[in-house]
Amino acid sequence: MTSPSDQPAQEVTQLAKLELGGRGRIVRVSGNGDVSRRLLEMGVTPGVEVHLLRAAPLGDPLEFEIRGYRLSLRRGEAEKIDIEIL
Amino acid sequence: MDPVSGRMPSNEHTCLMPTSAPATPLRVVLVGNPNTGKSTVFSALAGVRQRVGNYPGVTVEKKTGQLKHDGLTLELIDLPGTYSLAPHSPDEMVAVEVLLGRLAGWPAPDVVLSIVDASNLERNLFLVSQVLSLGLPTVIGLNMTDLAHQRGIDINVPLLAERLGVPVVAIQANRRIGLQHLTRVLATTAKQNSHPGAGQGTPQNERENPFPAHFRQLAAELAECLNVGRDQPLPPFLVERILLDGGNYLERKLLDHASAAQMERLHAARQALAEAGTPMPAVEAMARYDWIARLLEGVVSRPDSPQQTTSDRIDIILTHKVWGTLVLVGVMALLFSSIFVFANPLMELVDFGVGRLADGVKGLLPPGALRSLLVDGVIGGVGAVLVFLPQILILFFFIAVLEDCGYMARAAFLMDRLMAGVGLSGRSFIPLLSSFACAVPGIMAARVIENRRDRLATIMIAPLMSCSARLPVYVILIGAFVPARSYLGGLVGLQGLTLLAMYAIGIFTAVLVAWLLKRTLLRGETPPFVMELPGYKMPSGRLVLQRMVERGWGFVRRAGTVIFAVTIVVWALAYYPRAQQRVDEVIDRQRTALVVATQQASPGSPAHAEAIGRLAQFDEPHQHEHLDASLHQRYSLLGQAGQWIEPAVRPLGWDWRIGCAAIASFPAREVVMGVLGVIYHLGPELDVSDQADQNQLQQRLHLARWDDTGKPVYNIPVALSLMVFFALCAQCAATLAVIRRETGSWRWPVFTFSYMTALAYVGALLTYQVGIRM
Repeated sequence: MTSPSDQPAQEVTQLAKLELGGRGRIVRVSGNGDVSRRLLEMGVTPGVEVHLLRAAPLGDPLEFEIRGYRLSLRRGEAEKIDIEIL
Repeated sequence: MDPVSGRMPSNEHTCLMPTSAPATPLRVVLVGNPNTGKSTVFSALAGVRQRVGNYPGVTVEKKTGQLKHDGLTLELIDLPGTYSLAPHSPDEMVAVEVLLGRLAGWPAPDVVLSIVDASNLERNLFLVSQVLSLGLPTVIGLNMTDLAHQRGIDINVPLLAERLGVPVVAIQANRRIGLQHLTRVLATTAKQNSHPGAGQGTPQNERENPFPAHFRQLAAELAECLNVGRDQPLPPFLVERILLDGGNYLERKLLDHASAAQMERLHAARQALAEAGTPMPAVEAMARYDWIARLLEGVVSRPDSPQQTTSDRIDIILTHKVWGTLVLVGVMALLFSSIFVFANPLMELVDFGVGRLADGVKGLLPPGALRSLLVDGVIGGVGAVLVFLPQILILFFFIAVLEDCGYMARAAFLMDRLMAGVGLSGRSFIPLLSSFACAVPGIMAARVIENRRDRLATIMIAPLMSCSARLPVYVILIGAFVPARSYLGGLVGLQGLTLLAMYAIGIFTAVLVAWLLKRTLLRGETPPFVMELPGYKMPSGRLVLQRMVERGWGFVRRAGTVIFAVTIVVWALAYYPRAQQRVDEVIDRQRTALVVATQQASPGSPAHAEAIGRLAQFDEPHQHEHLDASLHQRYSLLGQAGQWIEPAVRPLGWDWRIGCAAIASFPAREVVMGVLGVIYHLGPELDVSDQADQNQLQQRLHLARWDDTGKPVYNIPVALSLMVFFALCAQCAATLAVIRRETGSWRWPVFTFSYMTALAYVGALLTYQVGIRM
């Protein structure tokens, strides 16, 4: 599993920790179950840019823009995704 | 006969009659992501020639249609929208089997029509990539090109077609643009690929298989090994999937007869992939999306800064913390008020029609079993359910509009956190919400929930949402027995609170049951909520109406069968045995007793006047009829059953009459008030929605007495226990029939009926026992 960027300077964190309005680039999708499979199918793959638009009124789930469309993820699901902050 | 495709050539006759036998129909299968307008394309192509059926053994709907073009017949099959062809369950497997021609009686399609959303090419092409690897003749329908244009997205269609190696047709399905051309291309592509030398059967893009070389190698070797001893060889697509999808559904399904050596080979292949550092299952997504990126280079041009579309602007409001929630509440309110505002006049119309029909039949036939069967049994029973048709149609309409315009996803997004607390997901919100009006459309709306366990849990608790049929029960009983006290200076009324409490009981119980189910029967991994929020679009009037009519008709058909059967049974139980002699004797005896009372009292005394009054009341027109009806019911099988279970319902505070009414209301809850009406001598024509009739019934309830002790039957605890019973019971044949349809087996409706009846009994028991002690 190679990361597309090899500059160590970029901060790597979980997608769930992205600030509202922030952008990140996916580094890795961990896990082997239904959730990660689904994420991969929907285009959440390493190297893709993702933009956090907003959170639902109760704080969960989160709405992202990715590959030109809107995707909603629960925080628990976003925790499985490592990103580097852009 | 064409030796390669096995197809008969179209006849060229030399005989006198200028007929030409139609060519064999072309089979077209539609695939595509959800929200790409695939259903609109299907509807537009097939028009009225659509049929909905079932694939054997699964709950997936089979949508087929037909299209005639240029002397050719195209048979269309619409597969459910999906993001990927990886099958993880029997439902998903059906789509793959249809495409591969592995479903019994379903030969492989002649052409696959893949519908793609032009403003969402990247993700849509993932499915296209999988479809292409099937090796079937394929046509891409590039839909919603107008929306893409609005967003400033420009697609070089010819270049895209060239790179993909298949025809790409730009269409706007909702405006019917490009469909003629699409049909021509479909026909051409199908015919082209049926000629020898077109490489039929070999993957069209073998050279374009996106997987890394070592993966392809391992897959090919594995295929060779697995196909030894198979009469139907596994297509390369399925072998790749077995490698990728890591030992779950597919492996169990396809390799259950595999030899140990074959399984060993499979494990070795997986091992080799792991050793090579291949990320599994990510390798597929990465490979395909890499391929997509290369493909789209130079094909799609986007504006440098993404333009804010109308969709985005609407979304800012609709998913806003405050405004979004308000709009959601508004939508909910609209849904409910629509029931009462729009549905009511229509329901009265249906009621009127049914009443006239009943009168007509009554006029035609002499009194007797046949007349009663037709009027009370058939027309009365089925009519009582059909009266709900306007309400159901309106709900289907609203749900279809919400689905089509894209708001459903937002509602799910806003409510997910709440629903997740119960173990469900936001997608269950609209189905459960609709169930507050009527569980039938609510349960059918649960189809949008992809995860089978979630869907089942939602369906199981939907009937607990107090539907509108329970309202007459609540209103009459609360009106009769709950004092009209108010608190907080008239703001909060006790009666209103009780009504709210009944709804709350339903919700609370539903939460409990859902939690329990998810811990026991429907236990499993929390399903992903990963959900697309599609762009908003104007709902297609045609599609919405079509869906409404289709589902409405489904309901009517069910009303015509299951409910018909149940109603006849209940009617028979209430009618037979005919104890006319006994009834006449009882009436005579009662009248004689009253006459004797008048004779015994001294003329002129108040006792005498009272006795005369009671006799006059007894002799009032219709009184004999009503008493007759009531006694017949008492001596019928139903009445006897009611008396027989009386010991069981006494702890609930009920007498046999209430027990009788509860049994009789099995087909439809709202019947209970009418049955009580008959029991209390108000005759079968009691109209529960009429205020005057309601008052009459309420009076009778107050006057009801226990047969043995003479004490009043009804008081607050009894009324409450009856309401709680109806809040939690499953007395609705229509709902059970729909559950059967949506879950594909009788197991679940039986389970629903059992658990709800048990809950209802316990709930009513607790209510009464606690109530009388307070």
